[in-house]
Amino acid sequence: MSAVPLLKVNDVSKFYGSRIGCRNVSFELWPGEVLAIVGESGSGKTTLLSCLSTRLMPTSGVVEYHMRDGQYRDLARMGEAERRFLMRTDWGFVHQNPADGLRMTVSAGANVGERLMAVGDRHYGNIRATAADWLRRVEIEEDRIDDQPRAFSGGMRQRLQIARNLVTSPRLVFMDEPTGGLDVSVQARLLDLVRGLVHDLGLSAIIVTHDLAVARLLSHRMMVMKDGLVIEQGLTDRVLDDPREPYTQLLVSSILQV
Amino acid sequence: MTDLATYNFAYLDEQTKRMIRRAILKAISIPGYQVPFASREMPMPYGWGTGGVQVTAAILGPDDVLKVIDQGADDTTNAVSIRAFFQKVANVAVTTKTREATIIQTRHRIPEETLTAGQTLVYQVPIPEPLRFLEPRETETRKMHALEEYGLMHVKLYEDIARNGHIATTYAYPVKVEGRYVMDPSPTPKFDNPKMHMSEALQLFGAGREKRIYAVPPYTEVVSLDFEDHPFEIQHFDKPCALCGAEQVYLDEVILDDKGGRMFVCSDTDHCEDRRAHGHAGHLLAQQEAAE
Repeated sequence: MSAVPLLKVNDVSKFYGSRIGCRNVSFELWPGEVLAIVGESGSGKTTLLSCLSTRLMPTSGVVEYHMRDGQYRDLARMGEAERRFLMRTDWGFVHQNPADGLRMTVSAGANVGERLMAVGDRHYGNIRATAADWLRRVEIEEDRIDDQPRAFSGGMRQRLQIARNLVTSPRLVFMDEPTGGLDVSVQARLLDLVRGLVHDLGLSAIIVTHDLAVARLLSHRMMVMKDGLVIEQGLTDRVLDDPREPYTQLLVSSILQV
Repeated sequence: MTDLATYNFAYLDEQTKRMIRRAILKAISIPGYQVPFASREMPMPYGWGTGGVQVTAAILGPDDVLKVIDQGADDTTNAVSIRAFFQKVANVAVTTKTREATIIQTRHRIPEETLTAGQTLVYQVPIPEPLRFLEPRETETRKMHALEEYGLMHVKLYEDIARNGHIATTYAYPVKVEGRYVMDPSPTPKFDNPKMHMSEALQLFGAGREKRIYAVPPYTEVVSLDFEDHPFEIQHFDKPCALCGAEQVYLDEVILDDKGGRMFVCSDTDHCEDRRAHGHAGHLLAQQEAAE
């Protein structure tokens, strides 16, 4: 791990008119670190994620990103062209619903290759070889490379979405409920895969989830949100084993035991 | 009321022509950029060339000589009726000879004869946005043009190769203009794409329903998109034209009977007639003469 944080978030708030989206959130994300944001629906997790990934502009506060050239840049002050370039090269965004993150009408190979073509790769053979390699890495059979995602199961679509995001070797990946809507065994396989990839590639990730088990498996650190505020944060094991806030205690104790 | 008060040269009123000319000037200044304009209702249905007719009406002068072609032919419905329309509303000279025309309105072909400086080619465009079938949102495609995000165009070509083993797009083949804007050359066969490159003639594109005008000024770089290992290629024909024997031209297939008989003839009728007048004969014409 290098000595400087990848992402510095300082006092970020987002208001929808008089309603609060999230309020006064500050944290730092370090290279290679996986941070989970948990809380019930309506607690501001997704708003916060959108503010961090520049999909929404925060009402106040600053988000700074450590660029590859070693400089910190305020994301809100970047030009749109630069921001969009960053989003499709150095970042990834995995949506809860794979249809939002994939092009459903083009083949799996083209889905993975799109980012490569966007950054100027113009060699069909190389693009296809890279796409095939990434499909293998996310455990999709290579002979499915010319199938459209419509022909894929939910779990495969989600894995394809992950491959599509990772193909440009991003340093930071945002995930919004990556396992939502998948059945338990498929969830387990996906989590295992993500954990392996994050470890192998040295990715940093911010994962929004309401599922504490996902947070436990994937994340090093977690933040608990309620009513737009971060009420507790710390190492995942500490927060889950020894929750301090009454709300966190309630959350942890409401996990179903089988 | 005098006759003059009820009549305006070339159908459109002067304010409309002024508005269209401004759009054309802007389009010429930014090669390949789609300029929105307030497209008018024309006395013909959308899809019949309302965009091209408006552009032609706006640039037409009493001294111009007009040629109208439809898929290369001067004698098909669309070409005949538009030519008649401008004869009636502007009383301009018309011709079928490519060389003599100052303005050529075309539906989906570029004449075989190389166009020269001073000529203007007006294209009728159904869908001006090359990214439309991949990205349905207009707001998003405009942003992609503005930020030069053209990766998606190659996704389409990738799909072509993945499905067919080669780039199967044969018409409306996307081009990059002057190293900046990706443009739809209207549904011309890709055979004609190389003719757009560094052309001496001015090329104007009008899309009436979609309300866009764009342009390729003379001597502008027009490059067809491709992959390094799947380079751009034009169509090739095995046989020459059956009537005039021309090679290296775009041919149409014509069914002759119900026993599988067919011939391939020049899609550019003027070019074909011109060659025949100069004594060239394809194999079918030669057979016919021998029989007589």
